[in-house]
Amino acid sequence: MLRIENLRAETAGKEILKGLSLEINAGEVHAIMGPNGAGKSTLAHVLGGKPGYEVTAGSVEFRGEDLFELEPHERAAAGLFLGFQYPVEIPGVSNLQFLREALNAQRKVRGEEALSGGEFLKLAKEKASLLRMDMEMLKRQVNVGFSGGEKKRAEMVQMGILSPAFAVLDETDSGLDIDALRVVGEGINAIMRGPDKGVLLITHYQRLLDVVKPDKVSVLADGRIVETGGPELAVRLENEGYDAVMAEAAA
Amino acid sequence: MSDNLDLQDKREMDAEAKEAAANAAEYEHGWSADIDTEFAEKGLTEDTVRFISAKKGEPEWMLDWRLKAFRLWEQMEEPDWAKVGYPKIDYQDAYYYAAPTKKVELDSLDDLDPEIKAVYDKLGIPLGEQEVLAGVKGAKKVAVDAVFDSVSVATTFREELRKAGVIFLSISEAIKEYPELVKKWLGKVVPQRDNYFATLNCAVFSDGTFVYVPEGVRCPMELSTYFRINAENTGQFERTLIIAEKGSYVSYLEGCTAPMRDENQLHAAVVELVAMEDAEIKYSTVQNWYPGNSEGVGGIYNFVTKRGLCQGDRSKISWTQVETGSAVTWKYPSCVLNGENSVGEFYSVAVTNNFQQADTGTKMIHNGKGSRSTIISKGISAGKSNNTYRGLVRVGVSADNVRNFTQCDSLLLGDECGAHTVPYIEVKNPGAQIEHEATTSKISEEQLFYAMQRGLDEEEAVALIVNGFAKDVLKELPMEFAVEAQKLLAISLEGSVG
Repeated sequence: MLRIENLRAETAGKEILKGLSLEINAGEVHAIMGPNGAGKSTLAHVLGGKPGYEVTAGSVEFRGEDLFELEPHERAAAGLFLGFQYPVEIPGVSNLQFLREALNAQRKVRGEEALSGGEFLKLAKEKASLLRMDMEMLKRQVNVGFSGGEKKRAEMVQMGILSPAFAVLDETDSGLDIDALRVVGEGINAIMRGPDKGVLLITHYQRLLDVVKPDKVSVLADGRIVETGGPELAVRLENEGYDAVMAEAAA
Repeated sequence: MSDNLDLQDKREMDAEAKEAAANAAEYEHGWSADIDTEFAEKGLTEDTVRFISAKKGEPEWMLDWRLKAFRLWEQMEEPDWAKVGYPKIDYQDAYYYAAPTKKVELDSLDDLDPEIKAVYDKLGIPLGEQEVLAGVKGAKKVAVDAVFDSVSVATTFREELRKAGVIFLSISEAIKEYPELVKKWLGKVVPQRDNYFATLNCAVFSDGTFVYVPEGVRCPMELSTYFRINAENTGQFERTLIIAEKGSYVSYLEGCTAPMRDENQLHAAVVELVAMEDAEIKYSTVQNWYPGNSEGVGGIYNFVTKRGLCQGDRSKISWTQVETGSAVTWKYPSCVLNGENSVGEFYSVAVTNNFQQADTGTKMIHNGKGSRSTIISKGISAGKSNNTYRGLVRVGVSADNVRNFTQCDSLLLGDECGAHTVPYIEVKNPGAQIEHEATTSKISEEQLFYAMQRGLDEEEAVALIVNGFAKDVLKELPMEFAVEAQKLLAISLEGSVG
């Protein structure tokens, strides 16, 4: 579904990704863990197409297409969703308006009919209740005045409504308390578990993986994938720390 | 042919015209209809003023009033304090009167000259009004007094308004039919010698709108006028007078578009509003005069004097404006709050792109005890444009317990444009509470990327963010106008990013 080969990318003249390769198949949840500064967020940004990053080598194939041929909004329409570590405020625009416009923009690119106001509202209600978020919150302005946890839950509602084929979730668990973490984890399971879906889950902590249960876990360090294994790898990282696991991998 | 078929044809025609308009390249309304125009001779002399007055068959008192203004104007100097620059206007090198040659009284817009009708269609008159015009059952009523090249050629719903006692006429007709009312109020809110452009308007005003709402009457529909400049080198001098008697209410919508021209066209309108005890006037404008091309060539010079008099106690006047057009905008819709506990409001969105210049704001003159005013100004600058908010809040000596709240926000797109805020506050009564807040921000790369990652292309993302920024003002507009205004903001900023 997503095939990254020998990806090199830099920002502000500094190389961050140094030949990263990774393949995620349909039906898989693949967790990426790694120390600070390893390039996890850069990977998410490069996949999303954020300005300010330069890809200097390598390729990314997404659902059979060259990802780098697509503009950010075209990547979204092709089914790529990026869950932000720091969701952005858009004053004066309600979540509902934002999501309806975004969804209909995606549908237009895909040659599908726009959803009417009523159809959209029904969809939004359904997804909000799945994430245990009330509709009043969706009427509020995008991320304005939201707590950290609310922002992350709002990201998940966005994901539910946009229903992407593939999600790159950048530290969606940061800033969440245990209860919110469970809600978000269950949301990921409900929305993104399926034979045609895939998830690249960037996280620091084992606790989200207790809920989401990844099929594979990789360690990203210094711009490369240094180790890939099953869910047990995450447990080892939690218990032994990155240094020990990486030293073992290098040995 | 049955009525149904007619309706069908009309709808198709409307759809075609709308599509054609939507497809027009840089400026949506950049076209001009080919209609014979009868000009006054070029230049401005006493004879020009007499020609205009005679052409309109005005009574002697009106001609005298115009001539008095003309003589005043000759002694006046063009003001230069606004933060706008433009080549010196040669007032002797313009036409001051143009009217369509076919002047017919019509019962409905269907009887209109097809070419003029096509112009209206291209204007994209809001759906609600299209439905009303097409006779669709249950459509919300909006009266349209269409001003085409200075002269009102069609007025609809006049009868229904008359039943309610509301007078809604072109000002030319009102001068003839209700001379006492016009005499009583014309030039009372904006005096003849008020300022250079207003005085010019007094001398040569071509046509405009007159509204009179009698005591206790709530006007049964939104009143709407469409202005349009259509003749090359012709100034447009509109004159509007709205009087709301005790306890009455009226909402008036004004929308403007203009065709693409290389010559700079002068537009100097005057709007006077009067609200008596407990009366309320809501005046909404969407202004989309031709702004000039992306090189800064052409475009309308828009020098407007708009002022409302809250004469009665507890009277209220609200100005809401969405300004996206004109090469130069010089406009300060104001409220003179004479009545006790009267209320003045000013909600404004001004967009400038390319080489546009806007110097706009308001004046709130508090004379009445307990009078209150609210000013919300949202300036959006893009390209190499300049956008200035200029506002005055004045509190007179005897005006106790006055309150004012002012909020001026500026949004910048790119780094070649300018945003300026020039508030003047003059308070002579120590009991006044005056608040002023101002912010300046830029659309951030993070916001754009976030919206684009959700599926919006760059222009859609900018439009979304800008509409969010302007929301506090847009929500003051009547529904059908708000939708148009949102689209207009997006159109005005096309090509301003990337």
